[in-house]
Amino acid sequence: MNTPINNSIAADMGAAMQDNVSEDQSVVSRRGFLLSSAVAAGGLAIGMYLPSRADARPGMANVMQNAGGEGVFAPNAFVRIAPDDTVTVVIKHIEFGQGPYTGLSTIVAEELDASWSQMRADAAPADADTYKNFAFGTQGTGGSTAIANSYEQMRKAGATARAMLVAAAAERWNVAVSDVSVSNGVVSATANTATFGELAADAMRQNPPKKPTLKDPANFKLIGTNLPKLDSRIKTTGKAIYTLDQYPDNVVTAVIEHAPQFGATLKSFDAAEALKQPGVLAVKAVPQGVAVYAENTAAALKAKQSITASWDSNKAETRSSEQIRADFSKAARKPGLVAVSNGNVDQAINDAANIDKGRTLDVEYFHPFLAHAPMETLDAVIQRQGKNVVSWLGSQFPAADQKAIAKVMGVSPKNVTLNTQFAGGSFGRRAQPGAPFAAEAAEVAKAFGGDRPVKLMWTRDNDIRGGWYRPLTVARLRGAVDASGNITAWDETIATQSITQETGMDSGKQLDPKVVEGSKDLPYGIKNHRVTAHQLNTGVPVLWWRSVGHSHNGYHTETFIDQLLEMAGKDPVAGRMALLGDHERHKGVLQRVADMASWSGTHANDGRMRGVAVHKSFDSYVAQIHEVSIGNDGLPKVHKVWCAVDCGVAVNPNVIAAQMEGGIGYGLSAILYNAVTLQAGGKVLESNFDQYRSLRIHEMPAVETSVIKSAKAPTGVGEPGLPPAGPAMANAWRALTGNAVSSLPFTATANASARRKNTTGASS
Amino acid sequence: MKISFTLNGNAVSVNAEPDAPLLWVLRDELRLTGTKFGCGIAQCGACTVFVNGSTRRSCVTPASSINGGSVTTIEGVNGPEAEAIQAAWEKIDVPQCGYCQSGQVMSAVALLKAKPNPTDEDIDNGMAGNICRCASYVRIRQAIHDAADLASNRREIAADSNVSEATNVGLATASEGASA
Repeated sequence: MNTPINNSIAADMGAAMQDNVSEDQSVVSRRGFLLSSAVAAGGLAIGMYLPSRADARPGMANVMQNAGGEGVFAPNAFVRIAPDDTVTVVIKHIEFGQGPYTGLSTIVAEELDASWSQMRADAAPADADTYKNFAFGTQGTGGSTAIANSYEQMRKAGATARAMLVAAAAERWNVAVSDVSVSNGVVSATANTATFGELAADAMRQNPPKKPTLKDPANFKLIGTNLPKLDSRIKTTGKAIYTLDQYPDNVVTAVIEHAPQFGATLKSFDAAEALKQPGVLAVKAVPQGVAVYAENTAAALKAKQSITASWDSNKAETRSSEQIRADFSKAARKPGLVAVSNGNVDQAINDAANIDKGRTLDVEYFHPFLAHAPMETLDAVIQRQGKNVVSWLGSQFPAADQKAIAKVMGVSPKNVTLNTQFAGGSFGRRAQPGAPFAAEAAEVAKAFGGDRPVKLMWTRDNDIRGGWYRPLTVARLRGAVDASGNITAWDETIATQSITQETGMDSGKQLDPKVVEGSKDLPYGIKNHRVTAHQLNTGVPVLWWRSVGHSHNGYHTETFIDQLLEMAGKDPVAGRMALLGDHERHKGVLQRVADMASWSGTHANDGRMRGVAVHKSFDSYVAQIHEVSIGNDGLPKVHKVWCAVDCGVAVNPNVIAAQMEGGIGYGLSAILYNAVTLQAGGKVLESNFDQYRSLRIHEMPAVETSVIKSAKAPTGVGEPGLPPAGPAMANAWRALTGNAVSSLPFTATANASARRKNTTGASS
Repeated sequence: MKISFTLNGNAVSVNAEPDAPLLWVLRDELRLTGTKFGCGIAQCGACTVFVNGSTRRSCVTPASSINGGSVTTIEGVNGPEAEAIQAAWEKIDVPQCGYCQSGQVMSAVALLKAKPNPTDEDIDNGMAGNICRCASYVRIRQAIHDAADLASNRREIAADSNVSEATNVGLATASEGASA
């Protein structure tokens, strides 16, 4: 049955894109003259480009639908003003909780002087040029860039629309443009007033300004306020539609059995039992494994269990995590590709150890493979429609996914419509430059054949065992403190797998900046400083995981400095502050967080201790103080986190705070509990949330966030809240128990667990 | 087999295998997509619904077991607790990706029905079965306290009684929530 319940989202969001295909294309073609209006600013050609109908591609369907209503004002590729006064912002970044629907709409609304209640948001179609992320040069979401790279573009998009509305009003009322004002969604001059919708048709005939005037930030009314998020209601009432919720007519459900080791391939399978089960339609071999097709998900999942398959593991990765760790550890004993080398670390360490009565520290850190485990597992719906293909997908790199689907289905990318969906989390998992998942979904659809839409849904087992992990990383850190308490040496050797080389974005043997991010740019003034890296191969595919290289480098740098400071007899906050030199923004967040927590050392009441960490990532600065006790299970219990963030102009402080909370919770979850463990032979041990444990509500600390007021260009917040969380917690734990945890996660490490009776009340 | 039950107040009948999980009957057959799949083994709570008034993980509930029973999903949940919870959720923007939130809301409504003024410990106990990978937990906790206040204010107004100690701990300490 095909009860179309799923499109109520459009009405709820006011986006009205799915049910609203208008036959009237005149609006679009009339806008053809805008093609020449691409505005160049700051060296970037911003996407003020609205394709004419002749250029229209299937991928543009949503926008065409938005632009296609009678009287809709579409001044550029990002803003649609309808006769009913709704303003729809076309969002080039995927919404998976980090807030671009709200943030980018806020920026447009600000320059447009719109009322927040008239704002709507809609996903942009796949279009690598019009909707490119300037940080990547193609369309994509990641690196905490959504606000940072859209800020000026969205301001100009809003200001352009405003100028054209004002021009239309001036013409209608026969007054000077300078006499027209706009406030709260109403255009007025002398006794005349009009809403945006009333002016929309006339505004379309106006020429866009070559250089739209932007507001003085001092006059911002919306930016910097806690506007309610556009998607909160539909996400509270179950009406938000994700990929899994797409049920096009006659949809087939597919599930897949993957090879048990990375790099293994299918030899043969027996589906006789599966095919006997009611509702099962087919079982097919695909390059990625064995696909099971059924009329419903229950049948597909049950049938999958009865498939027996044999696999060729000749080319598979068969090392265990432990073996890979040993191999990486061996590499980390010697310096690798040089990221930074100041002074002479070997001599400084030698001097401290042998000559000037200083002290040295030598620690090997272990960071395991991590799965992203977004709540919504990877899924996609793909349907062949004659020579076209239509797809629904929570796509983080739409243009890459579109291309991959096209290649598998044997059509041109312009014949592939990609409807970007809300995604139930990602944390990096859906940001796939080579589009392996989109390719898999397309293979599964292709193998079924015909024109029925095929929905591929990964199980949690597929997800946890599906690779594309945060790389396993070993880091060796050596440091020295001289007899006067100065930190004189820092030598860091990172052994990991390069993500950019893995994903084919970089084939060279050169140093991948992501490998050393957060380490190379250590902000502390240490005279002898060396960071080198070994980029090693495994058969395990790796991918960016929330905060990427910072996720491991942030942990070991901020726990290592904490130990060196203690050896030097310095307070963790004052000691860091003294080493931060002219890194004013680091110092700003550190001072703020110390003030928030009334920091007076690591000691706290009630058997608790405090730890601090500060880390810059994605051009945002975050400092945290965690207050920790020993939990009933002998593991850290984090009670309270104070968090200070400097991300430049704060578009929506409430969303920023939410991202800090999220980064802290996601980070603690991993640092405390998570590892993907390859067993001997290469099979992954964990398969679901029972073994790959997620932080739960009783394990979540209270979080108090303060956003530094700033006029600097806005930077990201999706990732920067994470890197300081682990080390701040671990530093508190060390203060509490004396145990410096260097092998993660805490649950896997003997010295991470304290015996309550021995240490309760410990203080120093 | 033919399975008949009351769904969000309406009588429905579907054909389903007896062991088909209720989750997929709701989604695939009845197209109520608010209830989500997260793990399939009752670990994450994204599929939480009410069966005969109690929370149930629909991903491990056989369809046959609800024959003759009553099921409430996020699409049909209502009443003063549901209204208070959903209003509180929206007010402080609890959802991030939002995927787990149907299950969170269902668990929170059940909690508020059982404990009109839940303590932090009650919230821990009532909500620990629902995973949120975005870690919206700080806001979930606060929203439940806010909703309790909202619902209790409404009850008090309804009862025309004096406000006593009924509004309590929750709201003021929400940001210190987990420290109990």
